[in-house]
Amino acid sequence: MFDHWLGQLTINAIPYDNPIIMSAAAFMALVTLLVVGAVTFYGKWTWLWREWLTSLDHKRIGSMYVILAMVMLLRGFVDAVMMRVQQAMAAGADPGYLPPHHFDQIFSAHGTIMIVFMAMPFLTGLINVVVPQQIGARDVAFPFMNAVSLWLTVASAMLILLSLVVGTFSRAGWTGYPPYSELQYDPGVGVDYWILPLVISGAGTTMTGINFIVTILRKRAPGMTLMRMPLFTWSALCTSVLIVLAFPALTVVTVLLGLDRYAGMHFFTNGQGGNMMNYANLFWIWGHPEVYIVILPAFGVFSEVISTFSGKRLFGYRMMVYALAVIALLSFTVWLHHFFTMGAGANVNAFFGITTMLIAIPTGVKVFHWLFTMYRGRIRFTAPMLFSVGFIPVFAIGGMTGVVLAEPPADFMMHNSEFLVAHFHNMLIPGALFGYLAGYMYWFPKAFGFRLNDRWGCIAFWNWLIGFLLAFMPLYLLGFMGMPRRLEHYGNPAWQPYLVVAAVGVVFIAFGILSLIVQLLVSIRHTRENRDLSGDPWNGRTLEWATASPPAPYNFAVPPVVTGIDAFALMKQAGTAYLRPASYEAIVLPRNSAAGFVMGGIAFGFGFAVIWHIWWAAIAAALGILAAVIVRTWRDDQDYTLPAAEVERLEDTRFAYLESVPEAALENGDTLDNQPLLQV
Amino acid sequence: MSTMELTSGTADIAAAEPLEVDADRAFGFWIYLMSDAVIFALLFATYAVMHRNYAGGPTGQELFDLGHTFAETLLLLCSSIAYGFVSLAVARARRVQARLWLGVAFLLGLGFVLMELAEFNAMIAHQAGPDRSGFLSAFFTLVGTHGTHVSLGLIWILVMMAQVTVKGLTAPVRSRLLRLGMFWHFLDIMWIGIFSIVYLMGVL
Amino acid sequence: MEHTRVDDAGGREATLRSYLTGFALALVLTVIPYGLVVTGDALPRSLIVSVIFLAAIAQVLVHLYYFLHLNGSAGDRWNLPVILFTTLILVILAGGTVWIMVNLQRHMIPT
Repeated sequence: MFDHWLGQLTINAIPYDNPIIMSAAAFMALVTLLVVGAVTFYGKWTWLWREWLTSLDHKRIGSMYVILAMVMLLRGFVDAVMMRVQQAMAAGADPGYLPPHHFDQIFSAHGTIMIVFMAMPFLTGLINVVVPQQIGARDVAFPFMNAVSLWLTVASAMLILLSLVVGTFSRAGWTGYPPYSELQYDPGVGVDYWILPLVISGAGTTMTGINFIVTILRKRAPGMTLMRMPLFTWSALCTSVLIVLAFPALTVVTVLLGLDRYAGMHFFTNGQGGNMMNYANLFWIWGHPEVYIVILPAFGVFSEVISTFSGKRLFGYRMMVYALAVIALLSFTVWLHHFFTMGAGANVNAFFGITTMLIAIPTGVKVFHWLFTMYRGRIRFTAPMLFSVGFIPVFAIGGMTGVVLAEPPADFMMHNSEFLVAHFHNMLIPGALFGYLAGYMYWFPKAFGFRLNDRWGCIAFWNWLIGFLLAFMPLYLLGFMGMPRRLEHYGNPAWQPYLVVAAVGVVFIAFGILSLIVQLLVSIRHTRENRDLSGDPWNGRTLEWATASPPAPYNFAVPPVVTGIDAFALMKQAGTAYLRPASYEAIVLPRNSAAGFVMGGIAFGFGFAVIWHIWWAAIAAALGILAAVIVRTWRDDQDYTLPAAEVERLEDTRFAYLESVPEAALENGDTLDNQPLLQV
Repeated sequence: MSTMELTSGTADIAAAEPLEVDADRAFGFWIYLMSDAVIFALLFATYAVMHRNYAGGPTGQELFDLGHTFAETLLLLCSSIAYGFVSLAVARARRVQARLWLGVAFLLGLGFVLMELAEFNAMIAHQAGPDRSGFLSAFFTLVGTHGTHVSLGLIWILVMMAQVTVKGLTAPVRSRLLRLGMFWHFLDIMWIGIFSIVYLMGVL
Repeated sequence: MEHTRVDDAGGREATLRSYLTGFALALVLTVIPYGLVVTGDALPRSLIVSVIFLAAIAQVLVHLYYFLHLNGSAGDRWNLPVILFTTLILVILAGGTVWIMVNLQRHMIPT
């Protein structure tokens, strides 16, 4: 009877006999206990609930996204370490320490986590914190839906983390190709642990895309025409368009696979009229735009950071915008290059090969424009700038290997080799991740009111750069030498030295991650010395630097009036950056709501129930979500009014800090006027 | 820093709120419909790829009953028009009329769903279920996804009938009715694709 | 910031005439293809298929214009560009899928 109520879930789902997994589980449990313990010890549960978990404030939601991304970065990195160590060991007779069915789960989890649960939340978090401020708005268009997006993503990440301990994960790669992902080859819960989080978080991400399209198109401050928006906002708009049009493809392909697995259908089965090749087609219809979703916000960060720390306007604003738009459009026309070798023939391959080469052009345009921005600028090599400058040459290498792969004849040699692995990590790490880390360090003072320690940021950069080069450059060579990807063991001893170098690279990356942690701890320790009192620690050019650090809940007491590109720089030049209105008006803000958090919890339950075939629970959870939506949409009193007196009080505090800056500026190096920062 | 008189750029923010919120929500919903259109387009594309994968099983010609489909089409089209009358009633602040036409739209839509369930049932009973072949998997999923959307729309109509009764035609209620209308018409548009590509082409 | 004019059910003029006209047109555009398929055994298949497609596209446009009031007017100026762009992407994705899959099928080794 018990079995019946718990679907396929049994006590054997927990791998007691596996020391690696049990240690990992113990570690996760320990960390959870420490966090829970700390919150309890400091009596912060009410604060956590009120200020964070039920907040609809885009700045809070964005910060939580970034926190999630960093936690998942650690988890994904551990997967990477395990793979590198295994591959460095397992040459010839040595089987290494990871049996194949574990290795397969690890590379599957690594890819899924890094793309969907590290990169996506990271970019979503940065966009959330920054974009409303950059356009002079008070919040996003749909604050409640924003919270739902966050909690659906968190719920999915929790399912992924749980898969390590209760059950297994998919062994079919982050791409989930049939037949490996069909019941015949993976009858357990693994692939379902992959499908459900993708569907749930995909829904959340799609909502984010909708939210930011409406926010950017409709909530801009007066005077901010589209061609006066900061580049990061433009990149957020293009990213959001990609999300809205591409994520449905992921929903379709994973649901169809799910229907094959759960309802015995024949979309991708090997027989009964299934067409496995359509899986690759549908998956990459999502998958290609997805990688542009991941990179465009990073490009946006680089535009902001390079411009700010060169003390110059971005070179060629209009071309940079067009380049973003062209990249976004073209990203829908290249997806077949992920399966040139599947056999569509010369004509089809040639078409997609050409479009793939074309898409390199606007990217190249952007790289040159960043260089032109730096040219004759007064460069400040802060950590964000280091990440940006390091990005340019290293990403260019990766881009060039991409053009190599864009040639179908070359790709027939390189497809699914380590050359490919090196190429896409070359795009993702020095491209996307460096952008996110630069953005994290750049906007951290805005979000939290104090700067991160720049020295440790620079140390992190160098470790990441050296680590990346050591870990991935050998893989290009291995690709040329014929090594395929996803090998847990190999017979050719000539490959081993390269893999050992790659493992050393991972050590450097570990130091890079450690440096990031140290940076955070040191900065928290020295909050007082690093306070950002003016709200403009970098002599920034865009509107987010006009608000307090951290901003009031409403960001702007009075919507700014924009007169050109780099609106805040113009305001500083005109002397209108810090004007006080004669009087303030009351401001309407959204109330907190527990519904987002609750919906996330129910979604977690739904996912778990479907994975384990606990049907009564799945139905109950689905009805629960429906009920939550109906209840939420029934309520009309979703806002509260911040009285004008309260607005005035908050603004008075802000201006008091501003008054105190001149003395502090000498210590911290921030300034109000257009003077270069003092070296810290 | 000088203290200067600043004219607020958007003086009557509070007064503008409900109108702007309405327009924001309508636009946001429109974008959601675009994402839904992508889902349907890919299901259509998948159907196109698989529509001859009979695996030795029944074909569309054998299974489809155009009279049945024509009746479903009329039900959905009339339901759409009924919703048009809802919109007109709302424009004239006629609460009772709005609720009446919502009820008509609901019943017509319910008729559609019941007919579709009957069709599915009959097919499954004759070994022509979604697990029989690739063609049938694609058919059931495409048509079933549409039917699921319609069913959720029916629930939404019921909720709105309750809201209209309890709250009246307030601004938030009208905003929701607008979005429901967009959803309802969108589903009728998807049905045009289905009866054309699946049923009409299927029996040719 | 522009204030969107939201009258009646939202931003666009919903009139009885538009719904009735739309209904009549939709009905005609439904009956024609159905009628052809049911009765047109003598006609070449390609002709019937063309009629089905054209009638479908026409009816979609009827729905968009008469029921969803999508007429490029000032009210919601982004709606039209959004659906046009989406349509472009849909054509690329669906058309691309069919082109790719047909070509893959063509290159399959016969069993």
